[in-house]
Amino acid sequence: MIPQRCIKLLPFFEWCEATSIGAAIRNSQWLFPVIESFHLLALALIGGAVLLVDLRLLGLGLRSRSVAELAREAEPWLTGGLSVMIASGALLFTSESIKCYYSPAFWVKMSALLPALVFTFTLRRKVASCGEGAIRSVWRILTAVVSLALWTVVGTSGRWIGFSG
Amino acid sequence: MAPDFLLWLERTTGSIALHESLWVYPIVESVHVLTLCLFLGTAVMVDLRLLGVVLRRVPVSEVLTRLRPWMMAGFAVMIVSGGLLFYAIPVRTYLNIFFRIKVALLALTGINAWIFHRSIYLSVAEWDLALVAPRRARAAGAASLFLWAFIVVAGRMIAYNWFDPPEVH
Repeated sequence: MIPQRCIKLLPFFEWCEATSIGAAIRNSQWLFPVIESFHLLALALIGGAVLLVDLRLLGLGLRSRSVAELAREAEPWLTGGLSVMIASGALLFTSESIKCYYSPAFWVKMSALLPALVFTFTLRRKVASCGEGAIRSVWRILTAVVSLALWTVVGTSGRWIGFSG
Repeated sequence: MAPDFLLWLERTTGSIALHESLWVYPIVESVHVLTLCLFLGTAVMVDLRLLGVVLRRVPVSEVLTRLRPWMMAGFAVMIVSGGLLFYAIPVRTYLNIFFRIKVALLALTGINAWIFHRSIYLSVAEWDLALVAPRRARAAGAASLFLWAFIVVAGRMIAYNWFDPPEVH
């Protein structure tokens, strides 16, 4: 399940696991769940910021507002949520890097996270900034579906890291 | 000690099957966690609107009525999936201090939402687009955000048995 070329990454994972931060989180009874709680709170915030725009792209939610307006409003909450998510995620990762290395769910998550981030800040942002009528609605729907699908894979596989090992 | 009803519930076939299932329990738990995005994500947007930090040009009543169906759908999924998680491990969950904290906080959010709808929200037409919502509306939004944050934390902590009474083990 682990891609062959990632074998080169094992030393990096071992190094992360050996950092003093990783060790501190691992050796504490409560640090891991506390950091994970922040990870979950950021999940809710990101969910709200993403759904506000994706629902609108599907013609649902705050329909009387333009997609561009909602995207502009949601953006700071999305980037704020993602910052907390990545920071807390990195801390959780350092505490169990080796476990992650051998967890298929971790690799699925990372493989979906990169396209999700790239898609969100390139194509999705572009589509969301288009005025009414400037773009066919099929592209909006497709954008929302791809965004929701990618984030769902990230979230589900993320939860699954906890079930493995 | 747990009530007889829960001791009986724990011995039902469905509870044992769910508890011991390889896939269904993790799937139900994942649904419970990921529905945070739908339920809490939309609820947080409403609360932040009450605080006047997002969607300030959209009337409060519009944000609430347009997002409410999604919030309620998410809440329904939360209740069903959460109910199933409790059904799978009833006695231990009932005795867990974090579960009890979570239930108490859930009751408080219910009261907070009820008061909001029965008081300041009745006059929403007067402050729908106000630059700063009335103090009571902001207080309701802030209280909701805090309560839900602690509910998420307490929910996560149910997995830990730090304070479980000895008879559980």
